[in-house]
Amino acid sequence: MSEAGHPSLKAYYTVWILLFVLSVVSYGVDFFGVHPEPLKWSVLVMLALAKAGLIMAVFMHLKYERLSLIYTLALPPILIAFIVIFGMGEGQFVAEMRRTAFGW
Amino acid sequence: MASTTQEELPGGLKGLVHDWAKDETTYNVPWPKAMMWIFLLGDTFVFGIFLAAYAAARAGANIPWPNASEVFALHVGGTQVPLLLIAIMTFILISSSGFMALAVNYGYARDKNKSFLLVLMTAIFGLIFVGMQALEWATLIGEGVRPWENPFGAHQFGATFFMLTGFHGFHVLIGVIYLFITALRIKKGSFEKADDYTGVEVAGLYWHFVDLVWVFIFAFFYLF
Repeated sequence: MSEAGHPSLKAYYTVWILLFVLSVVSYGVDFFGVHPEPLKWSVLVMLALAKAGLIMAVFMHLKYERLSLIYTLALPPILIAFIVIFGMGEGQFVAEMRRTAFGW
Repeated sequence: MASTTQEELPGGLKGLVHDWAKDETTYNVPWPKAMMWIFLLGDTFVFGIFLAAYAAARAGANIPWPNASEVFALHVGGTQVPLLLIAIMTFILISSSGFMALAVNYGYARDKNKSFLLVLMTAIFGLIFVGMQALEWATLIGEGVRPWENPFGAHQFGATFFMLTGFHGFHVLIGVIYLFITALRIKKGSFEKADDYTGVEVAGLYWHFVDLVWVFIFAFFYLF
């Protein structure tokens, strides 16, 4: 998109308000201490992904770009998600080693 | 630059194959935009690796991780409000992102003055954000938080905090400078003369990315 296919002003305002609402909700999830923890975490992750999606789709105009650009930008971050998950697994292993081998 | 208009190109998956198979540039966007996207993709990896390191450090900590709600709480009239400053910072950054989106919109509508004022607002909100970030750092350092130790719990807390928020704050600071320059260029009429406001959109892409990173820092570092 350069000149054609802009999002309307209304779309911008809607996303703006939605970002506010989603932020308030994620703050509330922490404030009221949603239990159990995995539920809280998955809600937070989903809210963050929703916010990221809104920013990229409308504010960054990705919704109006061609698939070739969208795929170039959307596929590599999936690998990053794996690295973050592997990082957690690695951390748990390190913690286990610290307990069993060092008695920390 | 793009030689064909979007209307002539096939859409969907067929368009994807077409874009990669045609004997011209793959991405049908002006080159500054393609370059900014490639840069942002690289930056995504940088922040992604920081998040992975944070995940590993936090999962590997053998002392309980400090409770962010308590560490970042503010005293308001005798009561502790958790994460108040962070919540305000979040709203300021979202708002600046909104201003930027409108600035791009008015730029393409050839409304020079509105675009200038909105980019200026974006930069000022960014500056407020950096100021609050500095305040937060000063408070935490005053409380004895260091990259190697802190009074609240796991030692790794300080290192990951300074790394994540510091690198993000640095991006905001660079963005503020970038935006002030962009605002000046709008005022000067550089984009009008070239009849091309792509430069404002590219600056906007960078700024929205900074907001995007904050979404993840807010969720994973402060709320988790």
